[in-house]
Amino acid sequence: MTRRASLLAVAFALLSGHALADTTLLNVSYDVMRDFYKDYNPVFAKYYEAKFKDKLTVQQSHGGSSKQARSVIDGLEADVVTMNQSTDIDAIVEKGKQINSGWEKRLPDNASPFSSLQVLIVRKGNPKGIKDWNDLVKPGVQVVVPNPKTSGNGRYTYLAAWGYALKQPGGNDAKARSFVSALFANVPVLDSGGRAATTTFMQRNIGDVLVTFENEAEMIAREFGRGGFEVVYPSVSIDADLPVAVVDKVVDKKGTRKAAEEYLKYLWSPEGQQVAAQNYLRPRDKTVAAKFAKQFPVVKLFTVDEFGGWTKAQNQHFDDGGIYDQIAAANAKN
Amino acid sequence: MAIKQHSVLPGFGLSLGYTLLYLSLIVLLPLSALVIKVTHMEWAAFWHAVTEPRVLASYRVTFGASLIAATLNLVFGLLLAWVLVRYPFPGKRLVDALVDLPFALPTAVAGIALATLYAPNGSIGRWLDPLGIKVAFTPLGIVFALTFITLPFVVRTVQPVLQDLETELEEAAASLGATRWQVFQRVILPTLLPALLTGFALAFARAIGEYGSVIFIAGNMPFVSEITPLMIISKLEQYDYLGATAIALVMLAVSFVMLLVINGLQWWSAKRLGRRK
Repeated sequence: MTRRASLLAVAFALLSGHALADTTLLNVSYDVMRDFYKDYNPVFAKYYEAKFKDKLTVQQSHGGSSKQARSVIDGLEADVVTMNQSTDIDAIVEKGKQINSGWEKRLPDNASPFSSLQVLIVRKGNPKGIKDWNDLVKPGVQVVVPNPKTSGNGRYTYLAAWGYALKQPGGNDAKARSFVSALFANVPVLDSGGRAATTTFMQRNIGDVLVTFENEAEMIAREFGRGGFEVVYPSVSIDADLPVAVVDKVVDKKGTRKAAEEYLKYLWSPEGQQVAAQNYLRPRDKTVAAKFAKQFPVVKLFTVDEFGGWTKAQNQHFDDGGIYDQIAAANAKN
Repeated sequence: MAIKQHSVLPGFGLSLGYTLLYLSLIVLLPLSALVIKVTHMEWAAFWHAVTEPRVLASYRVTFGASLIAATLNLVFGLLLAWVLVRYPFPGKRLVDALVDLPFALPTAVAGIALATLYAPNGSIGRWLDPLGIKVAFTPLGIVFALTFITLPFVVRTVQPVLQDLETELEEAAASLGATRWQVFQRVILPTLLPALLTGFALAFARAIGEYGSVIFIAGNMPFVSEITPLMIISKLEQYDYLGATAIALVMLAVSFVMLLVINGLQWWSAKRLGRRK
């Protein structure tokens, strides 16, 4: 009897993988955050083990931001979610109710530990002389942008261009609309996500300009070398917040709330901010920002609040029948 | 006194029960979930979701490209099966194994490989581009991807029938004075027709649902090269589960009707030949 029980215990221990005292967190994140969290997780685990005397393992899941949010809604047991758009976390609040409302107030900076912005990536030597957003609407310039219907990256580009046109002297919504419409008329391929757009631009050699996140530009440099392209900072761009949240229902069920909250809070620590900056994500911490100032040219930024927040922007511009659909329909007819 | 008639083959009740249960669990359960989800929708909203101009354009792309791809494979699949069955040549087994490769390859890999080949700077695309032929990022690219993905269906359905086809029949026809074309038209083709139709139907159905490979080569331009599965994905991106389900239901209904028609055709052609199914 005792032997059988001990056998059972051994089998159980083997099945569970590690000792029972361990804490495991699942971080459900979007595609291009892979590299950042690969660097951040060990740094945090070391800190956590030293402070709480508890071994911590962080598992990662990556995919398109909204797809990941849908998985959480459908029951993927994420302890924390780290997305590229607050609408994705809001969707979990509304549809799945796994996150309590008011999540953006529970952490500093609207729960966004770092940010990025849309930059213009051009071919070596900038043969088309691209300097700013208005160069993207010129005839004969091809612009590669991921599909705003399926990609947060594409939505940020759309809004950045809209905001630029709005801020020009005499700018208004009608002018902004025709500006964005002209830009998308120059788009030869609409990839479903940011990484696919990068492939189209770098590997298929299609287009004169790729519009994407600043930190993606660094990925391109690591992947393809720094010789093949140049980064152009436009006169004004959009501040891409990258929000994070604890999944309340899951952490309360699993009893991992403390670890999950620490995991997110530590993103704001000097160490976490340093890892972010090394991955070309703009840090919030002033000291770290000063240290990496050379890496992050100052660009005038506006936020999605310019459009009344993500919910309103999504509704007005990107939902079915919204302004983006109307622009696409009109462009297809010409 | 009523005597219960027993079939020669035992276990009919058990096997029928098993068949129904298995089909229900694997096929009907998820599909009925789809239908139930749609019943939460107002008719007007449903109609609006499935008849938006952009969605209508995507039906044209998806069904059009699938039809072309299935037809191409009908012709060339038959040819391939014919060569594989009738002619001995070195490396035949290798070629035979190659046919199944599109089944085994992850579809995304196929899409990326094709896009790499046919992009304007790709190893094939660079020769086509000066001629003004664009394959990658156009509807033509979609046809290429679907043709690749659905290649095995016609070959694999026609091959066994062709193997069973006795060459004596053809020899008899020839000795009775039939020309080669007549032999093909009157002897070979009618026998192969049911298998060809099945292969065509399978290829067509598979092509309609294909997403992974197409998405990389289509270019995804609205009204030009957007496939219906992409419409479903973009609905899901807006957390519009109902809209996505509505479009899925339309695809399902159309595919089912088409398969039904093709099955009917098959039954008709078998009957016409005087054989029982």
